[in-house]
Amino acid sequence: MTRHVIAPVDEFPPGTRKFLEIDGRPIAVFNIKGEFFGLLNRCPHQGASLCEGPLIGLAQSKDPGEIEYTRLGEIIRCPWHGWEFDIRTGQSYCDPRRFRVKAYPAHVEAGAEVVKGPYVAETIKVAVESDYVVVEL
Amino acid sequence: MTAIVAGGVDCDLHPAVPHLTSLLPYLDDYWRDQVTTRGMVDLVSQSYPANSPISARPDWRPAQGKPGSRLEDMQAQALDPFEVAYGICNPLYGVQMVFSEDMATAFCRALNDWLAKEWLDRDSRLRGSIVIPVQNVEKSVAEIERCAADKRFVQVLMLVMGDMPLGKRHYWPIYAAAERLGLPIGIHAGSNYHNPPTSVGWGSYHIEDYVAQAQAFQTQLTSLIVEGVFARHPNLKMVMLESGFTWLPPFLWRLHKFWRGIRMETPWVDRAPLEIVRSNIRFSLQPVDAPDDPALLNRLLDHMQSDELLLFSTDYPHWQFDGNDALPKGLSPELVRKIMIDNPLATYGRLRATQEATP
Repeated sequence: MTRHVIAPVDEFPPGTRKFLEIDGRPIAVFNIKGEFFGLLNRCPHQGASLCEGPLIGLAQSKDPGEIEYTRLGEIIRCPWHGWEFDIRTGQSYCDPRRFRVKAYPAHVEAGAEVVKGPYVAETIKVAVESDYVVVEL
Repeated sequence: MTAIVAGGVDCDLHPAVPHLTSLLPYLDDYWRDQVTTRGMVDLVSQSYPANSPISARPDWRPAQGKPGSRLEDMQAQALDPFEVAYGICNPLYGVQMVFSEDMATAFCRALNDWLAKEWLDRDSRLRGSIVIPVQNVEKSVAEIERCAADKRFVQVLMLVMGDMPLGKRHYWPIYAAAERLGLPIGIHAGSNYHNPPTSVGWGSYHIEDYVAQAQAFQTQLTSLIVEGVFARHPNLKMVMLESGFTWLPPFLWRLHKFWRGIRMETPWVDRAPLEIVRSNIRFSLQPVDAPDDPALLNRLLDHMQSDELLLFSTDYPHWQFDGNDALPKGLSPELVRKIMIDNPLATYGRLRATQEATP
């Protein structure tokens, strides 16, 4: 597993996402309320750019007409057919055993750690005094 | 032909009310006088026009009167030749069509009492479906509770085309009562003709109405599933009667596809629609709307992905097959047994209870 430094934290604010190509793979990294998540940007259904879809909450119900709407912004909905995927696990809601999008761990590391390697810094210039978003794949 | 097994259940028999006056003994004084003084003659639905070929097999058509109106005919033409242990009577009479809630209530009550007295009392193989005045939900529930005391009533009967989609919460007290009392809801082909029998308006010909029944069943299944009837009533069974079933796999593919994309609209549908169909929905066998080729039929049955969905029926006296060929060609003996015995007993709790009580 290689760690890729993709951005300084202060250039990657909450509510935004970045699209990258790493080792030929289309990857998207999301900042959701300060937490970072990496996903393969390819829907396991028919190959759409899944991560260009809207981030929604999880609608569940114990009784018809009563909707519990939780985990706001943690479900990515494919722009092609509307399938929902859990951004934490990559699992699809409709068929979690058969359909899952590859999820990549993403997190923040201090510049002092990042410079030690072994990291692939992509095109990012790393400074010891900053924090960086790192994705592993 | 495929051989039947004895001891099965015919899940769709149609005893005919000879005439509205046949119900007079079962009406109270007020409604008896209403029928006679108004000169009401009969409640005729155009679902089965009297002389239409589908309304009765030529050899089952009596010289006089309505097909299926005499018990002796039903015995000789259906119960005996198919050697069934039980036959479920689903009276199709125009009571759902009238607009008065009170008249419908009186007529349903009379119809159910007529069925118990003139059919169920006279042949121990017969069981009944409770016909309800769907015009009024409270009266429907009351009629279900009244009739359910008689354990020979094994089901509640509704028409596939009524005033509203059947999944609407308006109808849920009916489903709650049915689930509580161990009664499946039988949904039979036919319309109350308060709406056009097709979703696109009134057609010109009987064939249009008849073919459109399958679309009505699909629309109702969608409604029942997505409105959450089976989320609220997981133990409720519904039986599609005279629905055909070859449309089921492609219908489910379509419903499943769209559920995957917009299931958040109805999050109480927390299982794939086809799983709900497998656990809660059953289909009567006749009319078999499949090609005659056994290989094609078996491919279709494979697509249904379950051998528990079909329930034996003759649809007596309607003309769906000739001779004793109630079972299509190519069914395995194991499947015949499931269709004729195991599946109906699994569906109708009250039949199962009788079966277990009389070893």
